[in-house]
Formats: sequence, structure tokens, C-alpha cells
Amino acid sequence: MLQLRPKPISQQADLLTVDSLRVSFGRGIDEKTVVRSISFSLRPGQCLAIVGESGSGKSVTARALIGLAGRHANVHARQLSLDGTDLMGLSDRAWRRIRGNEIGFVLQDALVSLDPLRRIGKEIGEGLRLHRAVSSREELAQRVIALLKLVGVPDPETKAEQLPHQLSGGQRQRALIASALALDPRILIADEPTTALDVTAQAHVLSLLEETKTRGKGLILISHDLAVVSRVADEILVMRGGEVVERGNPVQIFRDPGHPYTKQLLDAVPSGRPRGSRLSPSTIVRSPARQTQPAVQSPPNSRPILLEATSLVKRFKGPDGTLRPAVDGVSFELRSGETLGVVGESGSGKSTMARMVLALDEPDEGAVRFAGRPWTTLAERERRARRRLISLIYQDPLSSFDPRWTVERIISDSLSSDVETPRKRQERVIELLDMVGLSQALLDRRPLELSGGQRQRVAIARAIAPNPAVIVCDEPVSALDVSIQAQVLDLLGYLKDHLGVSYLFISHDLSVVRHISDRIMVMRRGSIVDSGATDEIFRNPQSEYTKSLIAAMPQLVRDHQIGHSATILEEGIA
Amino acid sequence: MMLILTTRNDAVKIVAHRPIVWFARRILSGVAVVWAAATFAFLIQCVLPGDRAQIIINVTSGNVGAASSAELAAINAKYGFDQPLAVQYGKYILRILHGDLGESYQQHRPVAGIIAEQIGPTIVLAIAGLLIAWIIAILTTLFIAGRDNIWSKLLNDMQVFLATVPPYWLATILLVVFAVKLRIFPVIGGNSPIGLVLPTLALALELSGFFGQVVQNEFTRVLEQPFVTSARARGMSDFGVRLRHVLRHAALPGITLSGWALGKLLSGAILIEVVFARQGLGGVLVAATSSRDVPIVSGAVLISAGLFAVVSVIVDLTYRVVDPRIKLR
Repeated sequence: MLQLRPKPISQQADLLTVDSLRVSFGRGIDEKTVVRSISFSLRPGQCLAIVGESGSGKSVTARALIGLAGRHANVHARQLSLDGTDLMGLSDRAWRRIRGNEIGFVLQDALVSLDPLRRIGKEIGEGLRLHRAVSSREELAQRVIALLKLVGVPDPETKAEQLPHQLSGGQRQRALIASALALDPRILIADEPTTALDVTAQAHVLSLLEETKTRGKGLILISHDLAVVSRVADEILVMRGGEVVERGNPVQIFRDPGHPYTKQLLDAVPSGRPRGSRLSPSTIVRSPARQTQPAVQSPPNSRPILLEATSLVKRFKGPDGTLRPAVDGVSFELRSGETLGVVGESGSGKSTMARMVLALDEPDEGAVRFAGRPWTTLAERERRARRRLISLIYQDPLSSFDPRWTVERIISDSLSSDVETPRKRQERVIELLDMVGLSQALLDRRPLELSGGQRQRVAIARAIAPNPAVIVCDEPVSALDVSIQAQVLDLLGYLKDHLGVSYLFISHDLSVVRHISDRIMVMRRGSIVDSGATDEIFRNPQSEYTKSLIAAMPQLVRDHQIGHSATILEEGIA
Repeated sequence: MMLILTTRNDAVKIVAHRPIVWFARRILSGVAVVWAAATFAFLIQCVLPGDRAQIIINVTSGNVGAASSAELAAINAKYGFDQPLAVQYGKYILRILHGDLGESYQQHRPVAGIIAEQIGPTIVLAIAGLLIAWIIAILTTLFIAGRDNIWSKLLNDMQVFLATVPPYWLATILLVVFAVKLRIFPVIGGNSPIGLVLPTLALALELSGFFGQVVQNEFTRVLEQPFVTSARARGMSDFGVRLRHVLRHAALPGITLSGWALGKLLSGAILIEVVFARQGLGGVLVAATSSRDVPIVSGAVLISAGLFAVVSVIVDLTYRVVDPRIKLR
């Protein structure tokens, strides 16, 4: 029998010790090492952050710590021990006693990390039942409610009976954390716990994690975003290609990054940089062949108005059958060569607004005019000729591509039919690839064979292919790592300067919007609560909501203060 | 197939807040299906080659020669074939509404009665086939699917084989091996439970191949989902996750298929009944088809359509139980 509990925990003793952890997949010549020789230790009340891009081996490391690296994984370590108990070569049964009980694990994106067909309460109670921590049904229900209260989910009795998709993103993530905290484990591992969340929800989850830490738990936080971990972490490991390239406390790392890669990651954080400056070091391949006239450098207010929306209203039927406005009286104008950023949480109506601008949905009231002529009020047949002038970039390019099409076909499909011969079309596609910094070697690739960054670049090439005047970007960088996000933002900035296109840039991430936009519009519950020039919004936000968004922006905490814990949890969050 | 898929979408939209409205609509669409089947059966009778009166005389008398015009006129008058088509159609629908499916040409008894006598064993066989197919598909998937071993591969090949083999061929093989050679089961089982084993297997094995493939595909996909890792990270065993989380998701496409499958099973059962010389609709239908006893055939078509409509409602209700998102969306 394993005896884990009785050992007294002194404040200084290591809870978790990892020495030379190595993880590889496959055997023989196919063997691929994804984590090479990682060592660290974790004490109670301490937070260790592992930071790196996707593919750096950080998630595999986390999974190896609970013995779930995968069926084909070979895990080796000189030492891997939990409070003095060796974890190497543990039987599955013994592992199961540790998982949930001693180590809690929280994954990214609770929508898919909670079973979508099961009620929240059942999912949270699962660990309690598995480890026989409760003796009766009533006790189980009470514990579940208590856990939901602990993580700050409002109205826990109702939420416990609901399904994951009925909760907001932040509530879901907190419910997932509650399920990991159910058995009061000594260690909590959180893999990208805030990536899919908007800023306010992100701030709440971080506070929750911080509070868990101050309750004496060991916390391992895994993220691609240095700004996210900077508030909570006591020690940071920067991983790249399966190796730790830099380690240290946040103050050291932020003040004086030793490794160029760390510096690159720091630079990629938009909130840490002057607005509009380059975020990524790699230079975009610039095509001398196509130097379209640079954007007219006239004062913004004298440029012609491209899009003009007046009092847009769109209502949808709610669950009780009544009509609810998703967009409620939104007016704005977008001038030529300008970027208008639209910020709001999920459900604020920003995507619905975008669909009306694209004339995919018809507004219930109000109208959009495009280039001085009617747009939404036209019949589809009359709009079609001008449709190519408004392009769209989605959050997830993969689902917007036909997986069987090659890159060439995807981009070529959007070219105007004026480009007639196949040869000219191909030349144009290569030119477009060049403009977005991709090599023509990718012409024959299919979407699944591309990296996330390459996919978004192909999506951008497709969007600029028909020479649009306006590009609607709906969360174009939300699914990307910070460093890739930085490259894509730089690319969008470059294209704007050289093609003179206008962007309607929609994002939940205020720091991204701030970086790229000339003007910002803050949306909440279908209405605009703030709008104005970017600097003006940040200097002098009008609404309380905008103020709270700005306050919730993850900043690189350069002067690291331990115990700078927010009291959001006690305040109770809506 | 199409029918199930489209009605499913309706269910998603309508179920939202008024289950009664949804139910009423489903009943109406079921009635529409039966009505369409009735119309179809009627039209088939009219466009079938050969004079209907002639067929009836031949069926009744057993002769193949041409009948006199007097005889033909008598039959035409008796069955109303001399009336305009629209009148015939109206009377036909009216009779169906009264539960009268016509009279067999050959047996001179009401079709409804003939079918009612025989349909019991056929339905038992079809439902038994469906259940066994589900049990085989679920058990093999639970224990074997998504594992990286030779059994998983073998299972996959086996399912493809079973799904493509004709059931009557399988039935013959089963009959020869288990009844004739090994003498474990009776060759002609009548309606005893032991006699049900081989026919059920013959039906279920093919279907279990279909279900197995569909369920297994979804199963392996769901095994990769983050919530599976979440559950394992809570300390759940591999089998526990398969049983409590993954199976439920994997069953959904299988449930959708069940409506189609029951239709297929009914027609399959008819063949199998002939192979095993079982009592049931099979013998009656085969005899009726070969002697062109049209009322029996079209009666069977109507009953099948009705069963199909009922089954697709049951399938949709089951789907809602397994996937609560639909009810609450």
C-alpha cells in the first residue's frame, strides 16, 4: 500500500522533485524526443510556470507528471517523486490513487475539457466518487456546491444542474478548476488555463489560481503567454524544442532575459510594447514586384468613409422564446486606410455586428452603407459584384478551408476572374504568398500539413487576393501562440501600410486591439459603451466597463510582487 | 435514412421549449409518411403491367389462360376497377382510414388479418436482431476499440467483413455449421426461444458490423478529446472513462442509424425467415409477391411505413435522453 498522507509537510520540503525528465515517443529509429532533461522542484505555496510555444514540450511535461504522457510515450527520469514517494514505474492502480487525490490537473478550454454531455455537478463530483471521499449522495451534492462556491461560480445550485455549454467561458473554466480541487490535492497543474478566455474571465481565473497558491498548494502553470504567468509565478522555466532555455524568478527574466528566445517571447506581448511597433523579429519577405501605392498619408478625418453603419439592431430568439437584441443600436464609420478595433467579451454582439457588415445577416433595424452606396438594403444579386471588396479573416482558418484543397487552390479561388490564364493566376498566388511571407514551396500543401501560423497567413493571403477595400478580422489571432500572434499582427500592419486596406478588427483581447487599432469601439451586451481614438480610450476611458477591461489586461509584471493577490473572488463575480 | 436525418434537425429546433408542439409535428409527419406510402402502393397497383382483373382471375383459378370479357367485367365491377382513378384512390384511402387494407386475391381474407397473424414473430426477430447487434457492437468497442494491438485491427476487419456479407449467405452458413453439423440449435426452430438464436444472429452480425464501424470511429475520435484526459487526471481508470464518458458520445451516431437499421432489419427478417422456415411475414410476402397478390404486398408496405414512422420518433426521443444538449438548447 502506498502511504502518502502521513508524512509531515514542512514548509521547505519539496513537494515534487523532477530530475532529468526525458520523454520520447516511438521506438528505434522512429523515436522522437520531445522533452530532454528537465529538472525542477516545487514547494508548497509556490508557483512554477513553464512557458513556451506549442510544440515546445510543455504540455507533455505536465502530463508526464501525472503519468498520462500517452500510450506511446517513453518517460525516463533520474528522479520523479511526490513528497518522497517515487513515481517512476508506478502501477496504473497506484497512479490512479495519486491523480485527482494528490495532484489536480486543469486543462485548457473547459468547453472540451468537461464532458459536454454531463452536468457540471456530476463532473465535479466524479473525483469524489472515484476516490470514495464521500459517504452519501447528500454529502456529494453538498461538497459539489461548496466547491463551486469556492471557485466563485455564482448561483452554484443552478449551475451544478447545467451542462457545460450553458455556462460562460469563465464559469466553465472555474468549474473545471473546481473539479481538479475536489479532493484538495497538494499540487495543482494548470495547462493553458486562461487561453480561451476573454480578459475579465482571464483575470478571475488567475486570481483563483493565485488564491489556491496562497492556500499552500504547489501550483504548476503552463502557458505560452509570459504576461499571463508573470503575476502568479515564483519561478519560470522557458522551454523551447523540449529543453529549458532559461529559468529564473520573474524579476530576473523580465528585467534581464538571458536567452534570445526569452527576449523574443517578451517582445511578442503586445501590452509590453509601444503601439504599432514590431512585435516579432523575423522580417517579412517583401516583394519588390508589387509595390502598390502606399496608403495615402492624409489626416484620418479627411479620408473617405468606406463603411457607415447606422443604428444597427439584430434580435435573436432567447431560450424562453422572447426576442433579445444581440446588437442594439450600433453606429460607426470606418474610413479608408483605417483600423477600427472592436473589443468585447464573448456574447457582446461583436460577431453578429460583423455578420451584418458582411451582409451575411440582415439587420432588423438600421443599415450599413458601403463606399457611399447602400449595402445591407440591397438584394443579394446587386451586392454580389461588390462582395469581393470586403474580405474576412476568421479565428480558426482550418475550419474555413476545404481540407482537401491545396494552398494554391484556396488562394486562387478568391482571385478575381480578371486574372485569366492559369499561369497568371499561379503567378499571382505566388506573389500573394510572398507578400504574407510564405514560400511558394507551400503551393501544393493542404491545410492540415501547415502550422497554425502558416494557416493564418494563407487565410490572410486569401483575404487580400481579390484586392479588397475592407478586411473584417474576427478574432484573427486568438487561436495562436503569442509569438505567432506577434508575427501575424506585424503582417497585418505591414499589409495595411502597403495595400491601404481598412480593417474592422474584432477581438476579445484588449492588448491586441490596442496594438493594431487607430480607433477602438468597446462593446458590451450589444451596445457600444466607449469609442474613440485608441490613445484617448486608454488615457480617458468613459465607461466603468472599459476601465475594468483595461485594469484586467495582463501586464508583464516587471516589478514582481508576491502576494499581489486580487480580491475579486471575495467580491463575488457575475 | 434521409427521413431520419431531416426530422432530427427539426427536433433540434423545435424541441427547444415546446415538447408538445414537437410531438404533434412528429405525429403529423409520421402520418404524412404513411399517406405517401399508401399513395405509392396505390399507384404501383395501377401502373403494374397486365390487367388487374386478369391477374385476379388467374390467381383465384390457378389457370393462366385469358378470361372471357364477361368474367373480366364481373371482376372489374366487383373491385371497382371500372371507376375513374380518382374515385378508386379516394375509396382506397377511405378504406385504409377504417383499418381495411383490402382482401387477399388468393386467400379471400382481409389483408389486415393476415398481416396481424404473421407480423408478431417478424417484429420479435427484428428487435432481437437490433438488440444483439447493439450489444455486440458496444462490447467489442468498449474492450477493443482505439487500442493499439492486433485485436483492434482484427475487430475492424471483422466488422467490415460482416457489414458486407449478405445476411442470407451468413444465415445458410450458420444453419449448416450450428444446426446441421454441430446440432446445437434446431434446423427448424418454430417460435421457441432457442429457435430464435440462429436467425437473430444471422440478422445481427451484419448490422453489428455497420454499428461497430460507426460507433468505433466516433469512439476513437472521442478518446482523443481533452475531457477524456480530464477524467483520467481525476483518477478514473481507462475502462471507466470508456464506459462512463466515451461510450455515450460514440453511441449517438449509432442511435441515429437505428431507425434506418430497423427498416433494414424488417426486410432482412423476411429473407431470414424463409431460410430458416420460420413463421412470420416472410413466407406470406414471398408467396404474395410471386403470385402477384397485390393487396398483401401493399398492405405490408403500409405497415412498414407506419412502423418506420414510430421507430424514428423513438429514435429521436432516445437521442434526446443521451444528448441532453438538444433538449436544452
